[in-house]
Amino acid sequence: MVTTTEITPKLQVKDLTIRYGSHTALSGVSLEVMPNEIFSIIGPANAGKTSFLKVLNRMDTFNSEMKYDGKIFFNGLDTRHLRNHYALRRRIGVVFPLPVGLPMTVYENVALSPRLRGINNKAELDVIVERCLQRAALWDEVKDRLDSLGSLLSGGQQQRLTIARALSQEPELLVLDEFSIAVDPVTTMRIEEVLKELKEEMTIILVTNLVQQARRLADRTAFFLNGECVEMGITEALFSGEAKDQRTIDYIEGRFG
Amino acid sequence: MTTQSNQLASFDQRDKEWYIDKAIQIIVFMSGISAILFVVGIFAFVTMEGFGFLLKDFSISEFLLSPWWEPTDEDEPTYGILALVAGTASVTGLAMLVAVPFSLGAAIYIGEFASGKKREYLKILIELLAAIPSVVWGFIGLTIMNPLIIAVFDVPVGLNVLNAGIILGLMAAPIMTSIAEDALKAVPDRYREAAEALGATRWQVIYKTVLPAAKNGLLGAVLLGVGRGFGETMAVLMATGHAINIPGSVFDPVRALTATIAAELGETAVGSTHYEALFTIGIFLFLITFIINLTADLIVRGIRKQ
Repeated sequence: MVTTTEITPKLQVKDLTIRYGSHTALSGVSLEVMPNEIFSIIGPANAGKTSFLKVLNRMDTFNSEMKYDGKIFFNGLDTRHLRNHYALRRRIGVVFPLPVGLPMTVYENVALSPRLRGINNKAELDVIVERCLQRAALWDEVKDRLDSLGSLLSGGQQQRLTIARALSQEPELLVLDEFSIAVDPVTTMRIEEVLKELKEEMTIILVTNLVQQARRLADRTAFFLNGECVEMGITEALFSGEAKDQRTIDYIEGRFG
Repeated sequence: MTTQSNQLASFDQRDKEWYIDKAIQIIVFMSGISAILFVVGIFAFVTMEGFGFLLKDFSISEFLLSPWWEPTDEDEPTYGILALVAGTASVTGLAMLVAVPFSLGAAIYIGEFASGKKREYLKILIELLAAIPSVVWGFIGLTIMNPLIIAVFDVPVGLNVLNAGIILGLMAAPIMTSIAEDALKAVPDRYREAAEALGATRWQVIYKTVLPAAKNGLLGAVLLGVGRGFGETMAVLMATGHAINIPGSVFDPVRALTATIAAELGETAVGSTHYEALFTIGIFLFLITFIINLTADLIVRGIRKQ
C-alpha cells in the first residue's frame, strides 16, 4: 500500500454510492488517487466504472436521475457544494469511450477549451493546438487539414482528437474511459507511451477493458464488479498472484468478464 | 425427393402474403403520388385561369413595376402589383423582426434550459398557440392592437404595417419555435456532454456548440416563417388597413397580395381580365412560396448530410 500520510491525495473518495432512480450503480467505494500516479480501474461491463468517473467532475448534474452519496475531495476540497462546478471541470480532462468530435473544425475542437479560459491570441493558440495534437499522436495526420470538420475524421482519429482536446485543458487530472475502444493497436501503444510521459505533469485515472493495458501502465489498480470495489492494490502485486480475492484472480486471468 | 419438389412448388406459387404485400405497396404508392398530383393540379388550374391575362393584356414591366393596381378603372385599368408586393414584404419583414428573436429565445429556453414537466407543458402550450385560427389574430389586430397603436403612437389610424407585422410575427412565432426546438433537439446530447466536460458553462455550450450544430435547422425555421408570412391572408387583410400604398413608415396602411385576391375575387366576373389578373397574382405567390419552401427544404436537408 502507498503511504498517504504526508501528501494530499489528488482525489479522495469516501464511501461513494451512486444511484440512478432506484437502481444502484455503485455502492460504498472508498479510494485515494495520489498526485502523478496512473490509477487504473478494471472490471466487466456494468461494474459502475463510468458512473464513478461521471461524479468526479460533477457530470451528474447533467442527468437528473443520477444521485450520489458519500464524499469526493479534489485537492482536499469537497466537490459536493461547489458554487462553480465549471471551474472544477476545467481542471479535469475527460476522454469518453466513444469519440465525440464536436461539430467544428479540428483546430477549433482543440482551441475551444483554451478559448473558454480566455486565451484568444492566435499565435498562442497555434502553439497549444500543435502541442496537444502531437501529444495525442494525431498531428502528422491532420496538420494539413486543421480547417476541416472534426466530425469528418475517422473514428480512431476522432478519439485522438478527443484526447488532444482533453490535454488542451492542461488538466491536473486526466480521466480516460476505455480510450482504446476505437483506436487501432499501434496507435494505442503510441498513446500509452504518451500517457507515461504525461504522468510527470498530471494525475491519470484510466478505466480500461484491457487488463494488460492496466498492467502496462498503472501504478495501482482497482477491480470493480457489479457496483463494488472488490480489491485495490499496487498493479504489479495484483498481477503477480498477490490478489486476495478469488474474483480478482479469475478476472485478471480471463476466466470471466 | 418429394419434399424438395413440394418446396419448389411453394416457391413458385404466390401466396396470401405476397398479394397483401403487393396491395399495400400499391395503396402507399397511390397516396404518395396523389399529394404530388394535387399540387401539380392546383398549379395547373391557377395557371390556366390566369393564362388569358398573361396572353393578351399582360405586360411584365407594368405588372411588376407599376404601383397602380386599378383593375376597376373604367377608362384605363392598370394591373401593377409593386405596391402589393411592397405591402406583403414590409409586413413579412417586420413580422420576422418580431418573430425571430421571440421564437429562437423560446426554442433555446424550452430545448436547453427547461426540464421535465415544465418543458412538456411549454411544448403543449406552443402547439396550442400555433393552432389559433388566423381570423382570431386578425380580430385581435382590429380590436386590441388598433386602439393601442393609436393611443401609444398618437397616429390617426392603427391599421398599418406595424399592426399587421406584430400580429403576423406573433402568429408565426409558435411554429417557428416548434421547428427551431426540433432542430436543437436533433443536436446529440454527447456534444453537450463533451463541451460541459471541458468546463464550458451552459451558455458557452449553447453558443459554441449547440447553435452552430443546429444552424441549418434554425435557418429553415426562419424561412418557413417567411413563407407563412407571404401566404397569410385573413390576419393581414384585417390588420393592414387594406389600402394600396408603398409604405413610407410603419404607420402607413398597406395591402397584401393575398388579401387582394381574397377581397376581390368574389366580386369579379369569371373570365374577365380582372379575374384573370387575380389568378396571375396567384401564380406569382405560388412561385414565391415555392422558392422559399424549396430553399428551406434544401437547407434543412443540408443538416442531415453532416
